[in-house]
Amino acid sequence: MNMNRIAAVLKKEFLQMRRDRMTLALIFMIPLVQLILFGYAIQTEVKHIPTVVFDQSLSSSSRDMLASFSTSGYFDVTNSVNSFQAITEEIDSGKAQVGIVFPPDYNHNLEKGITAPVQVIVDASDNMVANQAIAIANSIGLIKSQQVLTQKMQLSGQPPYDIRVRPWYNPDGITAYYMVPAILGIVVTMTMVIITAVAIVRERERGTLEQLIVTPIKPLELMIGKILPYVVLGYLQITVALLVGVLLFKVPIRGSLLQLYLLTLFFITASLGLGLMISNLAKNQMQAFQMSFFVMLPSILLSGFMFPRLAMPKFIYYLSYTLPLTYYLDIIRGIVLKGIGYQYLMGQVTALLVFSIVMLTISTLKFQKKIA
Amino acid sequence: MEYAIKTLDLTKKFGDFTAVKSVNLAIKPGEICGFLGPNGAGKSTVMRMLCGILEPSSGSGEILGYDLVQESEAIKKRIGYMSQKFSLYDDLTVAENMEFYAGIYDIPYRQRRVRIQEMLELAQLSGQRRALTSDLSVGFKQRLALACAIISRPEILFLDEPTSGVSPTSRRAFFDIIHDLAQAGTTVIVSTHFMDEAERCHNIAFMLQGYLLAVDTPDRLKEKVIKGIMVRLQLPDPMYWLPRLSAQPWVLEASLHGLFIHVLLANEEAVERLYEITGHNPQRIVPNLEDVFISLAKQKN
Ligand SMILES: Nc1ncnc2c1ncn2[C@@H]1O[C@H](COP(=O)(O)OP(=O)(O)OP(=O)(O)O)[C@@H](O)[C@H]1O
Ligand SMILES: [Mg+2]
Repeated sequence: MNMNRIAAVLKKEFLQMRRDRMTLALIFMIPLVQLILFGYAIQTEVKHIPTVVFDQSLSSSSRDMLASFSTSGYFDVTNSVNSFQAITEEIDSGKAQVGIVFPPDYNHNLEKGITAPVQVIVDASDNMVANQAIAIANSIGLIKSQQVLTQKMQLSGQPPYDIRVRPWYNPDGITAYYMVPAILGIVVTMTMVIITAVAIVRERERGTLEQLIVTPIKPLELMIGKILPYVVLGYLQITVALLVGVLLFKVPIRGSLLQLYLLTLFFITASLGLGLMISNLAKNQMQAFQMSFFVMLPSILLSGFMFPRLAMPKFIYYLSYTLPLTYYLDIIRGIVLKGIGYQYLMGQVTALLVFSIVMLTISTLKFQKKIA
Repeated sequence: MEYAIKTLDLTKKFGDFTAVKSVNLAIKPGEICGFLGPNGAGKSTVMRMLCGILEPSSGSGEILGYDLVQESEAIKKRIGYMSQKFSLYDDLTVAENMEFYAGIYDIPYRQRRVRIQEMLELAQLSGQRRALTSDLSVGFKQRLALACAIISRPEILFLDEPTSGVSPTSRRAFFDIIHDLAQAGTTVIVSTHFMDEAERCHNIAFMLQGYLLAVDTPDRLKEKVIKGIMVRLQLPDPMYWLPRLSAQPWVLEASLHGLFIHVLLANEEAVERLYEITGHNPQRIVPNLEDVFISLAKQKN
């Protein structure tokens, strides 16, 4: 390996990058736009679900329970009706998505210490709303019963148990916390893959590669010189995205920023490796773009960015282990949200390292100083 | 080393199509060898194989004593190449392009400045140092490509149609540089479509449809190939006359060169007959390389 040659390629790449306003703009605009779009618009949380009530108990306890539903912010009681028939009509017509029914003996059972069921009817045609409504209704039920239990125990002189159900790591269930680190991962891998793929294909298309391969440069020297500037770029991009996350979405960074930056290196190289791989296969820039999107799609769908991986079919679940983003999501969510250290992430780091080495080795070996 | 370049039955196939057919070349050090031939003859393909960036389908070759296929990386250290399509970085300046190639050829850091200056002067680009390459005219671009190709002081220089699209004055200046380089010992392989440039080469390699038809000095080629009397006629309707002249048994060849018809005749008697049927006085000329090429192509078919 010859350092002078690597330095020459490096310098050239930086010079070209500096003059390519479009790429530079994209590098900073993509994280901004993506974060703002996803962070704000795709609120996977559903609030203010229109709710209809059929209260046959008409007691203070039923009113108390109902108040818990409406103060949660998830249910807006829009109507009160007097029959099951009316509830069905409200839900069928779409006026309400949830119905709450208190049986006539609700108060009576509660006082006698018998389980007092509340029926919650959910319009399951909108899956997301339905799941959320069921989950929240359940937790309200849990919380309320704990209150009741605690009150009883207090009365009997026993120490009160303050057991609270709370989602770990993200107690307020704020989506942005969860999404911002993931979007950051997606943005970085997407830009890195596309930019490296295009960087080599463009040289092939413009004919500058033909001039380059008649020189004594070695494939590895060319690869290193081409990749390093984009590593720097990847870090710049991550910094922009983190700043947006912290300033705009108030995402707390609970772990070590230094560790996050160090471990990110493995993800950046994995993405660059993937990009180089594509550049070896693509004939022109258009193909490079298409192939990049083609490999990015499973990343977005299967890495656990959108859907929880545990809920996936077995095959897809194992497939998701071949995607760098899967591991990086563990890393970034781990460090940013859970505040855990690298000790817990060595498996993910190893996976990314193996992926990078395989990709870079194949790309370098496949890169021929020949024209087709 | 007797020859800078020597090939044996060099052949290149693209699928079913054979672009270069058993080419045997022997080029001496310090020689300027011109590749001539119509579009698609295989000139660029031969050059790319000689540079080691295109693998021959069969046949072999030695460049500066190195094997064409096995030792292509050793060859690459000692040659310069200017491809037919301009292939430097448009978004870098003249100096930046040169610095890049100076780095790639690993020219020692302390020598770079002087070397780049030297090449800029040689290519008459000193005033354009800071100009963005995309802003240069075609002539300047070609000279920049040349400057980058010779920055490592290569022993062999391959120039694939270096002067296409360049003004005649620039073309002459370009060939002056080539002559200076050859004088200094560089072997130059240059392809061209221009006959005046071909005349300035030491040797000419004629290519047609993948075949190497002949290699020799311009003068010897004219002697060897054109056996007869070459005359020139300016007739009012050359398109009418051309087929009629070609059909005469005593006309060896007739071809159109601009407004003129060149006719190759076997003897003095034929000159007389030409005058009789056309009513115009044929003018004797020294055949040019185009005549040579036309003859060669006819013989081949
Ligand atoms: N990579 C390739 N794949 C398929 N065919 C090719 C390839 N490169 C060249 N050819 C074909 O080989 C033939 C010779 O091409 P080449 O470029 O060597 O001709 P040339 O003499 O340089 O012509 P020109 O004067 O137009 O530059 C042409 O018919 C061309 O279409
Ligand atoms: Mg050509």
